[in-house]
Amino acid sequence: MFDLIHTLLSSYTIRTVALGAAVLGVLSGTLGCYAVLRRQALLGDALSHAALPGIALAFLFTGLRELSVLLLGATVAGWAAALVMMLVVNHTRLKEDTVLGMVLSVFFGFGLVLLSFAQKQPTAAQAGLDAFLFGQAASIVERDVLTMAVIAAVALGLMVLFWKEWKLLSFDPQYGNTLGLPMRWLDIGLTSLIVVAIAIGLQMVGVVLMSAMLVAPAVAARQWTDRLGLMVVLAGGFGALSGVIGAVISSLARGLSTGPVIVLTVSLFVVASLVFAPNRGLLWKWWRHQRNRERLQGAVQRGELVLGVPALDETGS
Amino acid sequence: MSVQIEVQLIAVVIAAACAIPGVFLVLRRMAMMSDAISHTVLFGIVIGFFITQDLGSPWLFVGAVLTGVLTVSLVELLNRTQLVKQDAAIGLVFPVLFSLAVILISTFAGNIHLDTDAVIMGELAYAPFDRVVWFGVDMGPRALVVGIALVLLNLAFVTLLYKELKLATFDAGLAAAAGFVPGLLHYALMGLVSVTAVGAFDAVGSILVVALMIAPPSAAYLLTDRLPRMIGLSVLIGAGSGIAGYWLARWLDVSIAGSMATMSGVFFALVLLFAPERGLVAQARRRRTLAHARVQT
Repeated sequence: MFDLIHTLLSSYTIRTVALGAAVLGVLSGTLGCYAVLRRQALLGDALSHAALPGIALAFLFTGLRELSVLLLGATVAGWAAALVMMLVVNHTRLKEDTVLGMVLSVFFGFGLVLLSFAQKQPTAAQAGLDAFLFGQAASIVERDVLTMAVIAAVALGLMVLFWKEWKLLSFDPQYGNTLGLPMRWLDIGLTSLIVVAIAIGLQMVGVVLMSAMLVAPAVAARQWTDRLGLMVVLAGGFGALSGVIGAVISSLARGLSTGPVIVLTVSLFVVASLVFAPNRGLLWKWWRHQRNRERLQGAVQRGELVLGVPALDETGS
Repeated sequence: MSVQIEVQLIAVVIAAACAIPGVFLVLRRMAMMSDAISHTVLFGIVIGFFITQDLGSPWLFVGAVLTGVLTVSLVELLNRTQLVKQDAAIGLVFPVLFSLAVILISTFAGNIHLDTDAVIMGELAYAPFDRVVWFGVDMGPRALVVGIALVLLNLAFVTLLYKELKLATFDAGLAAAAGFVPGLLHYALMGLVSVTAVGAFDAVGSILVVALMIAPPSAAYLLTDRLPRMIGLSVLIGAGSGIAGYWLARWLDVSIAGSMATMSGVFFALVLLFAPERGLVAQARRRRTLAHARVQT
């Protein structure tokens, strides 16, 4: 056992990947809370697909496969997609989910066009662009992790700075408006952070699975608490933990891609939370239901309660 | 028939097959469910492949349809616990099934044709070389035969259940009161979406199916208020995206499926700008006329 841990910790690749996954988990988990609470869980899915043309364009223009350059491309494309979505939703009768689906798939298709174009370029460095589809955690080097960590630190700092404002945006934007806060800009700022989080996650888990990194930790955390502060901390913890666990598991066997394993790990956290969380959890609910029934039956048997007249209160209390 | 014409025919037929159920997805606000299904059918295909060891087997369709229904059921199950909202439920379910599929492919199916690139991009350029031969007669490319079957199936579904679909789409309450079982219809439609996604999957890949299902009907929705016309326009716009996408891809020598999705987006953008009543230009002009009229009075 100690041998195993020792090998894991001393392997450069595994350590780097696990660290990167942890950074990503913290960032996407915390930001995902806002997305889930604002019912924008699928926004992450759309934005991560939409980032693909940005990555391809950034590569085509600069010829570099530098993480920071590609991140910039992904961020710009994500922004463009978010703007297009806002424009179409505000000016047509198309519903939000339709627009999400369309922007997602059309941007992604355009990204594939650019990607297949880039693959023909003589600058052979394009190898690895494919990795953004499914993620290729093994290709992450220490510098990438450092870039991710710096970005994540800035994003977390912003979250602390705008804590009150974004809390208000998530729960009562109208009230924020009446207070004279620039809710629209706060919205754009938060969406931009999500775009950035997606961009740094693409190399780790890929375009397709990135949405799970935003949604799953937040949903799991939501089951344990009703307080936003605790939820954000828990979601960050779940995200980081499943990142590390996933990275380690995937390194144990050949052919286990890191991204999917991380996603499955974080999904297990969700299932466990749905079942076992106190108060909200399914097990808890079932137990409360049983207890109420027994109490009710006891009361009937003792003659304290007559069934049938009048209609019984379900809760039995 | 030359290969060129065959590829275009396949593109047109597949786009048309996608556009028909797409109309109802757009109207019933289930676009993202189709996105989820198009990701998860991969899981069904992989399972089907492990059982039959044959990528051409019709059992893959069965597997994929079952996965589509499984996806919808899981989303609804999560939703019914009242612990997770519908959009978050969709965002949870499809990555899990997709991850399982990717892991299964990469661990057990390393050497077979089922590689993940083909799953995402499709292989329309090679489609004409995979032919269906019945009793020694060449019936055409497999993708074309499958596509035509899909169009016929979708058309039959929509024509036979037209009244039911229309009512359930525009007034679910009345449909339920009239005894139409909207739930059953919902699952049938989702099954149809899954079948179409699998059929189109070989040609255009799993994610671009969504573009062909959503973009043409969205454009059509901005052009008309009548359901039959919307279906017709969607098919036309889809077919147009197919042909235009093919030529764009040939011109730039890039992915055909990607160009088809791009062109469907371009067509939508054109409609968004220039639609006679609901286009952005028409809206701006109307606002200006109104402002002008107000100044004069």
